[in-house]
Amino acid sequence: MTSYMSNNLHLWLIPLLPFAGFLINGLLGRRLPKALVTTVALLAPLAAFAVVLNAGWALWSGQLQVPYVETCPVGWINAGALHIGFSFVLDQLSLVMLLVVTGVGFLIHIYSVGYMGDEEGYARYFSYLNLFLFFMTVLVLAGNALLMFVGWEGVGLASYLLIGFYFQKNSAANAGKKAFIVNRVGDFGFLIGMFLLLANFGTLTFSEIATKLGQDPGWQGGVVTVIALCLLLGATGKSAQLPLYIWLPDAMEGPTPVSALIHAATMVTAGIYMIARNHVLFDHSPFALGTVAVIGTATALFAATIALVQTDIKRVLAYSTISQLGYMFLGCGVAAYSAAIFHLMTHAFFKALLFLAAGAVIHAIGGEQDLRKMGGLWKKLPVTFAVTTVGVLAIAGFPPFAGFFSKDAILYAAFALGGSGRIFWFVGLVTALLTSFYMFRLWYLTFLGKPRSEAAHHHHSTPWSMAVPLVILALLSICGGWIGIGPFSAFLTPSIGPRTAEAGSAQLEHILTGAAVLVAFLGWFIADRLYRQKPESPAQLAAALPSTYNLVANKYYVDEFYGAAVVKPLLAGSKYLLGWVVDTAILGGAAWLLAGIANLAGAILQRWQSGNLRSYAAWLAAGAAAVLLFVVVSWPTVLASLSAIHFGVAGH
Amino acid sequence: MNSLFMQEVPLSWYLLLSAALFCLGVVGFLIKRNLITVFMSIELMLNAVNLSFVTFAHEWHQVRGQIFVFFVMMVAAAEAAVGLAIIIAVFRARATLAVDRIDLMKL
Repeated sequence: MTSYMSNNLHLWLIPLLPFAGFLINGLLGRRLPKALVTTVALLAPLAAFAVVLNAGWALWSGQLQVPYVETCPVGWINAGALHIGFSFVLDQLSLVMLLVVTGVGFLIHIYSVGYMGDEEGYARYFSYLNLFLFFMTVLVLAGNALLMFVGWEGVGLASYLLIGFYFQKNSAANAGKKAFIVNRVGDFGFLIGMFLLLANFGTLTFSEIATKLGQDPGWQGGVVTVIALCLLLGATGKSAQLPLYIWLPDAMEGPTPVSALIHAATMVTAGIYMIARNHVLFDHSPFALGTVAVIGTATALFAATIALVQTDIKRVLAYSTISQLGYMFLGCGVAAYSAAIFHLMTHAFFKALLFLAAGAVIHAIGGEQDLRKMGGLWKKLPVTFAVTTVGVLAIAGFPPFAGFFSKDAILYAAFALGGSGRIFWFVGLVTALLTSFYMFRLWYLTFLGKPRSEAAHHHHSTPWSMAVPLVILALLSICGGWIGIGPFSAFLTPSIGPRTAEAGSAQLEHILTGAAVLVAFLGWFIADRLYRQKPESPAQLAAALPSTYNLVANKYYVDEFYGAAVVKPLLAGSKYLLGWVVDTAILGGAAWLLAGIANLAGAILQRWQSGNLRSYAAWLAAGAAAVLLFVVVSWPTVLASLSAIHFGVAGH
Repeated sequence: MNSLFMQEVPLSWYLLLSAALFCLGVVGFLIKRNLITVFMSIELMLNAVNLSFVTFAHEWHQVRGQIFVFFVMMVAAAEAAVGLAIIIAVFRARATLAVDRIDLMKL
């Protein structure tokens, strides 16, 4: 094979093809026939996926110097010593991410054709989806933090547009705003982190930062910790971690395929990707790394407990996503970046699958999302039932499904760290138990038992465009983990360093794996007891512990707390201090005062302009007389100056 | 008697005459209503100034003042031509020459 002689992979096509799709469907979509809209919308990600595959093959076959950098000849920012260009980097890390983004993205595009078929704004929907892919691939390919930030903000925009897709619905519009504003808080951290990088390293290029950090072992803690924590704040915003996770559950207002693509499989993993991309910074700051682990672990447990009692099928999955992202953070926090990316990949498969399956259920029973009104759907939706089962088994961590391998890798890495890692491992294990429980709860409530509402009785069929992606994702959810963490992390080593924490023995690994499988079965068992054998017992349990149940069912009142602690003071400050005092009183008063002065002066001066020639002449004469008077009164000084000029010269 | 006529007229007399003529011109300009009288008052003021020019030129034996007078006369002639033309045009348009009624310069 000598076809890679030129070694030009045309990475720029990966973002720009979806962008072209966005432009075509966004500008002309309303006038184009629906078939053409569909073709454009599907071709764009497919072509991008093909370019990624081509690049992946070049990388895999070893014909490529990694990292492969593609730089636009025209720079972006050239100011003094600062040069920032449009550079795209392909290495193992970005390749994995690109495969997930474009691959899963393409499948979800196909699914959307069936799911959104009868919706208003079909072209608008696909133009947004393509726009998302454009920004997401920019984010992944970016060779410097600023370009990554462009993608970062862009996916936030696409997310906002898609959450608020049904913008006539007030709750959807509000959810979009909430996601956007909460993300701003995180972006603030990202920005500050970038400024600090510029101030201390003079560059934003990832590879140059890594080189500079590597050259000087003195970079430890201090400013590196601050930078890493700032970046972490950005990551908690985008990846919905404590304390900024609150936007993700509300983001479920968007169409279900959007929840699958953006709010489960790809965009929300951008924070983990960013941490892995900047792993050198985190490696130089044990404190920041520890913070990542604590946030991840806390979020995983916290969100899992909320997911236990949610009744909206999509919200269960949303909290599950937050919890699984917490696992990935935990993986990053114990410096097992490859395990985190591994879980990112498998999670993209099975969580996209679960969301799409939930979408198929919702679609089939006419828009009902309440678990309490489902039940007994396995007979009517056999394909959906089968793939959901696969997804549930995968997320609960049953071997040999994908989630088992990746979750196990993270838990093992945490345990092998020793010390606080044992605590992380234990909490992770408890979370795994909860995960297994709430997923089987969802499974039982949706598909088994008796139909609990009219909607659950009659249903629409699932079109092939929705079924095919489900089946492919189900296969990926089964096989996605078979590569194993060992080869996977070996593949990623050039990008994010070798797999650490190899202290444990094979025996320990087996024991930990056994424990993980055990809790998965335990979770299933409890769910089986509660929701199959004694369907009345959950209500009894809730009645027995009313305060606990209310606390969890109300999501620990975090939204209420933020509302009272942040939103209300902010609104009050805006209204009273900024609105009334600053805007109305100071700014408005100043403007009013100036206008009043001008008006008054105008009213007085206006009288001079009578149009009467003789009055003008009188003023002129009076003026001349005044000048004359002035000259006469101060005559000596005028004479002196005049003589200096005139007589001094002409006198001779 | 002869010596009385041969005596030079003092400078101040000329200047007083000039000032008196100028003030007459100003007052005429201000109080007269007829546009042509106003116009004549302007001519009076110009000539008053001319007189002081000539006086000083003679006093200091310099020719500049004389030259200025020629300029002023020339400009005054041109102004008379244009001004009279305007006056005729105004009269044709408004059938009056009362200054108070020609107040188009008001906003």
